[in-house]
Amino acid sequence: MRIQTVRRISQVFFAVLFFWFCIVSTLGEKWWQLRGWPVNWLLQLDPLIALGTMLTTRVLYAGLVWALVTLVLTILLGRYFCGWVCPFGSLHHLVGFLGRRRKPHPERVAVNQYRRGQSIKYYLLIFILTAAAGSSIAYLVSVSQGWPMIVWIAAIAGLIIIAVFAIMKLIANPRKAVAVLLMVVGVWIGLSLLLPVDRMVVASLQIGLLDPIALLYRSVNLVLLPVVDAGVHGLSATQRYYEGAWLIGTIFLAAVFLNLRIPRFYCRFFCPLGALLGVLGRFALWRIGKAREECSNCELCDADCEGACQPSGRIRISECVLCVNCLSSCRDGLVGYRTLPSASGEVTSPDVSRRGFLIALVWGAAAIPVLRLSGRVGPNWNPVVLRPPGALAEEDFLARCLRCGQCMRICPTNIIQPAGLEGGPEAFWTPILNFRVGTSGCQVNCIACGQICPSAAIRPMSLDEKLGRNEHAATGPIRLGTAFVDRGRCLPWAMDRPCIVCQENCPTSPKAIFTREEFSTVRSGILPVKEATNLTVEFEGSPLQPGRVATGDYYCAIGAGTDEHRRRIVDNTSNTITIAPSWPWEKPPAPRSFVHIQVRLQLPFVDPKLCTGCGICEHECPVRVKRAIRVTPENESRAKERSLILQSAGRNR
Amino acid sequence: MLRAAKAGVSIAAACSVSYWIYDSTAPRLSQKEGEPMTLPDFSIPGLGPKMSIVVGPDRVRTVNRALKAIGGIESFVKRGDRILLKVNAAFATPPMLSATTNPQLLAEVVRLCLKAGASSVVVTDNPINDPTSCFALTGIAEAAASAGARVLMPDERFFRPTTVSGGTLIREWPLLHGPFKGTNKLIGIAPVKDHHRSGASMSMKNWYGLLGGRRNLLHQDIHNTIKELAMMVTPTLVILDGTTTMMTNGPTGGSLGDLKGTNTMIVSTDQVAADAFGATLLGKPLSQLTYISKAASLGLGTADYGSLKPVRESAG
Repeated sequence: MRIQTVRRISQVFFAVLFFWFCIVSTLGEKWWQLRGWPVNWLLQLDPLIALGTMLTTRVLYAGLVWALVTLVLTILLGRYFCGWVCPFGSLHHLVGFLGRRRKPHPERVAVNQYRRGQSIKYYLLIFILTAAAGSSIAYLVSVSQGWPMIVWIAAIAGLIIIAVFAIMKLIANPRKAVAVLLMVVGVWIGLSLLLPVDRMVVASLQIGLLDPIALLYRSVNLVLLPVVDAGVHGLSATQRYYEGAWLIGTIFLAAVFLNLRIPRFYCRFFCPLGALLGVLGRFALWRIGKAREECSNCELCDADCEGACQPSGRIRISECVLCVNCLSSCRDGLVGYRTLPSASGEVTSPDVSRRGFLIALVWGAAAIPVLRLSGRVGPNWNPVVLRPPGALAEEDFLARCLRCGQCMRICPTNIIQPAGLEGGPEAFWTPILNFRVGTSGCQVNCIACGQICPSAAIRPMSLDEKLGRNEHAATGPIRLGTAFVDRGRCLPWAMDRPCIVCQENCPTSPKAIFTREEFSTVRSGILPVKEATNLTVEFEGSPLQPGRVATGDYYCAIGAGTDEHRRRIVDNTSNTITIAPSWPWEKPPAPRSFVHIQVRLQLPFVDPKLCTGCGICEHECPVRVKRAIRVTPENESRAKERSLILQSAGRNR
Repeated sequence: MLRAAKAGVSIAAACSVSYWIYDSTAPRLSQKEGEPMTLPDFSIPGLGPKMSIVVGPDRVRTVNRALKAIGGIESFVKRGDRILLKVNAAFATPPMLSATTNPQLLAEVVRLCLKAGASSVVVTDNPINDPTSCFALTGIAEAAASAGARVLMPDERFFRPTTVSGGTLIREWPLLHGPFKGTNKLIGIAPVKDHHRSGASMSMKNWYGLLGGRRNLLHQDIHNTIKELAMMVTPTLVILDGTTTMMTNGPTGGSLGDLKGTNTMIVSTDQVAADAFGATLLGKPLSQLTYISKAASLGLGTADYGSLKPVRESAG
């Protein structure tokens, strides 16, 4: 079997696996639903995600340790992940292949030429890693403030390493290396002595915007599946909606169609994971190369080169995605995958200029502190930014969220939505809750989002913890926010109409929404009596619509209406009312006196001690366009700064 | 010459298409969702009102005894019948909290229907919480499937407008019509629950789950709505499960403290009578449940359940 065939089988396998994981991310117990399928596995294999979260959190979370497999293999073999595993890469590979299939040889060579723009991905990588590194840098500085010796230990260790490398001739210019080391140590000491860096430097994980695996999960879960499933309803009983799906879909389609212009466009120019693997793979033990410098210069190897790494000349190792097309296209059998460097020479380092490197570094370091100046993570909190149950405190959340959309895919009620700019650009496409779309609010007995989250930005918690039961009774339930009644829109509050759908649907026990009874005299409801008996009253003229006040919610009262004078109306014509026979008037209202027609209203109130902000009330509120009861992140469990009510001591809630 | 011919054909085509689709009037505001339909009468002709009340803690035994007391399931379900069971699956809560139809009871009724020769049994509801979660968490989906019934979720395509004849509220209202296709018997199975707005949620209120659309608006006139639901639906039978009654915090409940063991199973062909008896389990006077007297005054059943001489037994 040709090695290309093996590669194709591998690509198809991982692509099918990926789509299968997207499909089975469906709540349920059937074999094709989420019951232990490792649906995050491809995200976990991604070393960029592991490295990024390591920089922001200084830990390697659970399944992300799988990235070590990719890391080790890449160091040994090169960018095999891009050419053999990455499902996004395989998609580009396929479309690019279809695009250049009928093109003449010179044109194929031309589209697969190395372009300077291919270094863009390295700058992007530097940018997002620096943006993520803030907290680690602050940590290092703070450590050296507490224990200054560490700086000297690190400096001496660095010198020893440089010396060893220099002796082994692994470094071309040891003097330069020492200079860089001295500069780093100098900056380190300077920062720790002069500035409270830990208060200046903040970090967040922006990797998910461009990481190919996160991007593909997001695109398939939030755009492709909902569109396809709209006709079938195999995955979801109702239509799924995702705010801003148009942008996710546009970017996805653009990335796919750009392959018709230049094959593997995304991989070559933008993919930060490809950049990272390119850097890691520069010392690969095995690499593509020519056995002899002179060849027929037919450029057949260049014509099908996926990475645009120029195997015919000085091969660019960091661009090579190990598509192995060149191996079989060389008619002289000169190209091989071997331990020796190419006879035509190779370029191992990425094409990154010092100036460009520094620019990306400064942009990355400055980006998050500058974004934070808008105050969106602090005092300028946007009231529509509600996070899923179990989400970490905002800064920790932003340090982990991959924007992969897994929580949005799994949420049974479809309330988890990709954010637009609600939380500022920093929180773009992170999950926020929208109780107007979807099929309900946050379901009381559901913890799916935290269980699926690959990076624990939404903590995997137990149902007991969410509901504040058993050992979590002391902390109480997880609160997403608090519901507020908009008295200007609420039917009983503003329009004399009975309703209380919100109270009925409130799932807590006792209900967080409670009602107070009020009898309100209806508009034009003070009517002059013509004649009355113990059970009926006849009015002057015909002021009533027949049956209108006989719904069981209307009462009539003599004078201003106190309880002992109020009777329930059971029937009415245009000019008479009949009251409930169980409680007749002892003394009927006198002719020419006035009777008040009153409606019994149950006015909803929210008890902030009991409200968990699940949003079921907001979802069910019959005031449809802008709900009359709405949840805002007041009092949410994860943020003390948004607490609302004073917790008195001695209460267990 | 050839070009002139092509141009001529193009012009002729454009003109004739324009003439064909020409519309001189502006479009009317369209809110129509198809022709309104009504549900047939599912009651057994000539059987008359029957009711039984069986006391006991075990739903399987009480429902068997209650059915036997009014002639056995065979007098309602004939060989080849296609049965629709309307459960209450409104909330995504576990069966322990009694906010929804008990799965054991449901499974037993399915089993009895199939044993009596029913060719198919379908279970449906349009819940308030997320439908998939509701059917899964309440245990209804599993109970129905394991007993041999089919669960039909409230697919958007299943709704068609209905108008209750003589009604004023339920007019051209989306009705969960899909599951009724081919059905010739309808049985409602509902628990007895407190309900803040209407007083109580029992057999008649259970039909609310057949409505779709903006049904939350109906709460503005809840008693007439429930009355019209009883006008809309004439079931073969209702099974009102008062084994555990939700006394407070209804209709969601949410805590065992909201429940009370009342150990009563009611089976009736008269939904008004069943609910009138159910009110006694909640300890609510009929004057608080206006919809019962409203339905009774229209002749949909009797609020005086005693007049049906219900068979009272104990299975216990």
